[in-house]
Amino acid sequence: MSTKRFLYVNRKAPYGTVYALESLEVVLIGAAFEQDVRLLFMDDGVFQIAKNQKTDGIETKNFSPTYSALGDYDITKIYVDKQSLEERGLTVDDLIPLTYEDEDDDWAEKDSIILIDRNDVKTLMEESEVLLSF
Amino acid sequence: MLHIVNKSPFEKNSLESSISVAADGSAVLMIEDGVYGVLKGSRVEEMVKGAMGSLKIYALGPDVEARGIADKVMDGITLVDYNGFVALTTEHDKVQSWL
Repeated sequence: MSTKRFLYVNRKAPYGTVYALESLEVVLIGAAFEQDVRLLFMDDGVFQIAKNQKTDGIETKNFSPTYSALGDYDITKIYVDKQSLEERGLTVDDLIPLTYEDEDDDWAEKDSIILIDRNDVKTLMEESEVLLSF
Repeated sequence: MLHIVNKSPFEKNSLESSISVAADGSAVLMIEDGVYGVLKGSRVEEMVKGAMGSLKIYALGPDVEARGIADKVMDGITLVDYNGFVALTTEHDKVQSWL
């Protein structure tokens, strides 16, 4: 099976709609088929990877810990739009610290999150072969 | 009157519309994705702060907690629990939900 560059574009906040959870499910399926999977979080999508989510009070499953497992599925490139963070009063320190172990570098732990600006988003979209929008 | 907003202010203009037409002394309650309106340092902070002079602004605590933004709530916003939500709906003569 040929490998394609997939980009998952995540633009919705978690919990208010089911988009975030559905995206995560499809991301894991794509990874299982050994595709080249990249994630982009922009607009309200950046809220999906906000740390300290505690959902006991709304009796909804907190699926945010799953993002930390993406590195184990060889998903090592997680792009976050800088402008979206700034508009929301957030910085990268407000996000779950997502990492992966680099097999080409003695399994050193490295950051998966890559902050990018709108121009980089444009390039990322153009370079991707399959876009999945949530 | 109690105005209830359940949409993110970064995606929809529900919060902006509610604030622009709410009469002095009214209350605005943010719930669900509407609670992102509490964010200090965000692009909606100025609008929300500006509304505090004439409106009482509330947000539903469990929805704030769920979204990981409990330590980013701007000053002047009162967090309520579900009982507080019920109390607000009974204390006000009318409710306008900005769907």
